[in-house]
Amino acid sequence: MSATASTQSSEGLGAYADVTASEASLRRFLHGLPGVDQVGAEARAAALGTRSIKTTAKAYALDLAISMVDLTTLEGQDTPGKVRALANKALRPDPSDPSCPSAAAVCVYGDLVGDVKEIVGDRVNVAAVATAFPSGRAALDVKLADTRDAVEAGADEIDMVIDRGAFLAGHYLQVFEEIVAVKEACRRPDGSHAHLKVIFETGELQTYDNVRRASWLAMLAGSDFIKTSTGKVQPAATLPVTLVMLEAVRDFREATGVQIGVKPAGGIRTAKDAIKYLVMVNEITGPDWLTPDWFRFGASTLLNDLLMQRTKMATGRYSGPDYFTLD
Amino acid sequence: MAASRLEVRKTYKLYIGGAFPRSESGHSYEVHDSKGKFVANAAKASRKDVRDAVVAARKAFPGWAGRTAYNRGQILYRIAEVMEDRRPQFVQAVQQSEGGSAAQAGRQVDEAIDRLVWYAGWADKLAQVAGNANPVAGPFFNHSAPEPTGVVGVLAPQSSSLLGLVSVVAPVVVTGNTTVVVSSYSRPLPAVTFAEVLATSDVPGGVVNLLTGDAATLGPWLAAHMDVNAIDVTGVAGDLDTATALEVAAADNLKRVRRAPAAEPDWTAVPALTTMTDFLETKTVWHPIGV
Repeated sequence: MSATASTQSSEGLGAYADVTASEASLRRFLHGLPGVDQVGAEARAAALGTRSIKTTAKAYALDLAISMVDLTTLEGQDTPGKVRALANKALRPDPSDPSCPSAAAVCVYGDLVGDVKEIVGDRVNVAAVATAFPSGRAALDVKLADTRDAVEAGADEIDMVIDRGAFLAGHYLQVFEEIVAVKEACRRPDGSHAHLKVIFETGELQTYDNVRRASWLAMLAGSDFIKTSTGKVQPAATLPVTLVMLEAVRDFREATGVQIGVKPAGGIRTAKDAIKYLVMVNEITGPDWLTPDWFRFGASTLLNDLLMQRTKMATGRYSGPDYFTLD
Repeated sequence: MAASRLEVRKTYKLYIGGAFPRSESGHSYEVHDSKGKFVANAAKASRKDVRDAVVAARKAFPGWAGRTAYNRGQILYRIAEVMEDRRPQFVQAVQQSEGGSAAQAGRQVDEAIDRLVWYAGWADKLAQVAGNANPVAGPFFNHSAPEPTGVVGVLAPQSSSLLGLVSVVAPVVVTGNTTVVVSSYSRPLPAVTFAEVLATSDVPGGVVNLLTGDAATLGPWLAAHMDVNAIDVTGVAGDLDTATALEVAAADNLKRVRRAPAAEPDWTAVPALTTMTDFLETKTVWHPIGV
């Protein structure tokens, strides 16, 4: 799944070569993007959240959501034992039900990639956060070394953070070049490259206009996925922010033919919330994005709630957290 | 003089997690007094309200069980105090619901307040009675102590709208359990007022969740819920088939069940200690001496 996005990218992106040629042209382009109607975006997101998804559609949505989960643990207290347990959970979220799909990936710090890889092999992807996650405050060399380490350890996907300080200061080209450099660091010796997700930390970007600009910036720089948040800053993922990003990937594919994935992360805790996101994906970008290749949830507690809802649909009675692993 | 004034027709709400939401279903039903006259609308709880209430009760459990028994007792006393303050409102609600004279209703309310005080007194004494220091043949201490079981579903009595309600709720919460209560269907108003008292008497949100609705509809969801640890099915007293079905559903996760009596008991009698101990688990610990 990781190689598809970049192979076709060079041609469609060619038209934008002069946009990214200089700081001034990049700024002119990003500030020339139409502004986001804040009230409209929030109202649209709220309206889509009221759709009622029941019975077979709900069962489909729950399974799809489970298969889109990037099961995440990003704590200072993570131990090899804990991430191995999480890796096993990603493989078989519900050990009592073989029809339950696997999660999409396990997302950990770079030094724990090996422990996860040992358990999941090639059956579930391993994502590593890199580039001085979560603040992104380090020299470029350090960030690139961080990325190369994770790729060498076997990470299938790299979740990088942008330098929000530089972005907010208007140094767009610096952010752009950093993403390009990290993308280059994702390259493996055999020529393939680890899937690159770019985290904006939308809670720190202040405005929807900035979210739209950051989305275009990251897409032009060659990211494979754009991701809302680290999960360390409140507010994390929200429906309107994700809506703005979904519109950006939709418009980007129309303009360049390149499809980019979206990953809301942080603050999505209930199955109900997850289904609201799926409805939005279907409405804004269409069903092309309704696969784990193009849409992910960065979450940890969400998976248990999805499993409880799934069990409720199968057994007809409400389940409880006693019957699922703590994580 | 007030002939032209239009009365405010009340629609009461549920009490879940310390808040007063409407039923998720949006349904409500008419409540009539003992003579059949319209009194108010009550929210008609649905299975999703049961679900939300169980989540709220589960969330509140560690905090409530972790409080000292003394503190729980003080909070029960506080409930009794606030009920005393609102006595006229309770008397009116009980009289509307159950009929009879104001004096009879007043006695019910007094009895209910005294019942709370009675259970409040037990809060820090039950462990001495239900627990034990067990004699063992070895260099160990061996203690048994009663612990709350968790979230308890309660189907409150149908005819005794206040005294019966207090008599089934107080013993459950005084020991540290949290609860989801389905009130009397046809006589819910004392329960609604009781919820308003709970909300203003230091009881943490989620410890008692009060749903007005039909015990026969909501009971099966509560009985089958895997995150409910025990259930009191007094509210279906006299309906043997329903009670049996609830017990069967409750068996799935080995819930403790307080079975329905053949007919609603006389609530004025002094309660047995089993009203509390039925919803307790015994924790036994060994402890070495002199280490």
